[in-house]
Amino acid sequence: MIGFALRRFAQAVPITLAVATLVFSLIHLIPGDPAEVMLGDGARAADIQALRERLGLDRPLFAQYQHFLGGLLRGDLGTSLYYERPVTALLAERFPRTLELALAALAVALLISVPLGLLAALRQGRWVDRFSRLAALLGVSMPSFWLGPLLILLFAIRWDLVPVSGRQGVISLILPAATLGTQVAALLTRMIRTALAAELARPYLRTARAKGLSVFLAVLRHGLRNALLPVITVLGLQFGSLLTGSIITETIFSWPGLGSQLIQAIRLRDYPLVLGGVLLIAVTYVAVNFLTDLANAGLDPRLRSQ
Amino acid sequence: MKHPLAAPALLLLALLLVALAAPWLVPFSPSEQLLERRLEGPSASHWLGLDELGRDVLSRLIYGTRVSVTVGLSVVALAALVGTLIGSIAGYWGGAWDTWLMRLCEVFLAFPGTLLAIAMVAVLGPALLNLIIALAAVGWVGYARLVRAQVLSLRKRPFIEAAVSAGLPTWRILLRHVLPQVAPTLVVQSTLGVAGAILAEAGLSFLGLGVATGSPSWGAMINAGRSHLLDAPHVAFFPGLAIFVVVAGLNLLGDALADRLSIKAD
Repeated sequence: MIGFALRRFAQAVPITLAVATLVFSLIHLIPGDPAEVMLGDGARAADIQALRERLGLDRPLFAQYQHFLGGLLRGDLGTSLYYERPVTALLAERFPRTLELALAALAVALLISVPLGLLAALRQGRWVDRFSRLAALLGVSMPSFWLGPLLILLFAIRWDLVPVSGRQGVISLILPAATLGTQVAALLTRMIRTALAAELARPYLRTARAKGLSVFLAVLRHGLRNALLPVITVLGLQFGSLLTGSIITETIFSWPGLGSQLIQAIRLRDYPLVLGGVLLIAVTYVAVNFLTDLANAGLDPRLRSQ
Repeated sequence: MKHPLAAPALLLLALLLVALAAPWLVPFSPSEQLLERRLEGPSASHWLGLDELGRDVLSRLIYGTRVSVTVGLSVVALAALVGTLIGSIAGYWGGAWDTWLMRLCEVFLAFPGTLLAIAMVAVLGPALLNLIIALAAVGWVGYARLVRAQVLSLRKRPFIEAAVSAGLPTWRILLRHVLPQVAPTLVVQSTLGVAGAILAEAGLSFLGLGVATGSPSWGAMINAGRSHLLDAPHVAFFPGLAIFVVVAGLNLLGDALADRLSIKAD
């Protein structure tokens, strides 16, 4: 297992480096002079030159790249143009809030999808199964930027059950988590249903049933563990969409996380902060995928030899 | 028996027709402002009501289909073209080509969802073309992996080996013999891709990163209506419903196509 973890880690390092390189190159996609664009129309030539020097844009490309990577290793992502504070400090303040929201959304998704997927697999072709298929289709197609305002309208404005926006205790987490978690819940429901239905047809479950276990117990004790494998992979991949989805959800609910910070930074043309935020989300995603691989290998020893 | 493809296919056709015939369908100009009647609810003259600047919501919704259809189709066309090209090269030639092209895919896959598209539009600036480029730049990877996997298994089949020994040039083998075999999978993936692109465009426009402000886009309309949820919920409700119905229809069409062609979409 340790060998497997080390091999996977060795694969994650060049990917992370490539991701960082792609993010670094984004600043050079800015049409025209980045420093001029960042300061906006009417900026003085002296200010533009000063910013160019501060960001190191006046140096050769390779030197800029070296400087960027060196900073990255020291945990230095530059200074925010708007806040005039280190980007890492600004990100560190917001990141836990986004993680909190993403985890809550994941919990919502699991609370909905596990029982629904399980029931659908056990009652194939029956109304529960058909309902789960319809719910999954609707959930996948539901834009979060529509669902969010609808939930606010009903639960916060009409019935006054939860706060409209902001972060005030656990109760304020309910609507954003439901908004962010719906699409993942839909995908997971489908996934769990398909994976479990495939396991139900396998001989070992028939044996378990033949030995007197009820369907429910047989699935719970034996089927679920095997069906979990593909589900965990999807879960890991979906965590990335939760991180990106948080950009929209945080904007809807004024949630003080990384997503709303990123959008604000884009509006303010605070590029060091924008690139830092994008890099942090992408690296978190690489890390989550790494952990997903480890979890899968933990569940299925056969994977460790790959 | 009713054909499972009929309803979603009709919906897609209707969407295309509405986009094409928008100027003749709209009851009012989408930019005409009746400021004294702003936020007015649905009525006999304005079926879906008026928005925060007193513009007809239905007319803007109809014009909005143009943005959705343009983005949906162009993104998928561009992504499928690039993806198919890269996937074919990787799958057909294999070796170092395969290794490096798939590494490139992995780097793009290391970015979750539309994050890279958001970052690209953020630096390129909000405009329709930039949006299409950004979404296609993210979307090609799915097609490349799909096509590569298929080409890889097709290359070993006798009819391709026969074509190779007959001395046909590679481009001809790929175009005439490999591509038609990959086409059904591409059609399914593209149908789901259009749904994804429409959703992504609306999401980016909602964030203010879509088409330039002022032009009717469903996502931007929801964003504008968000601050009037209490007094004029119709402003945000109808564009959201339109996105929901169109995306659900396309997903349904993709699923039905996959079932019919016995394909597992990525």
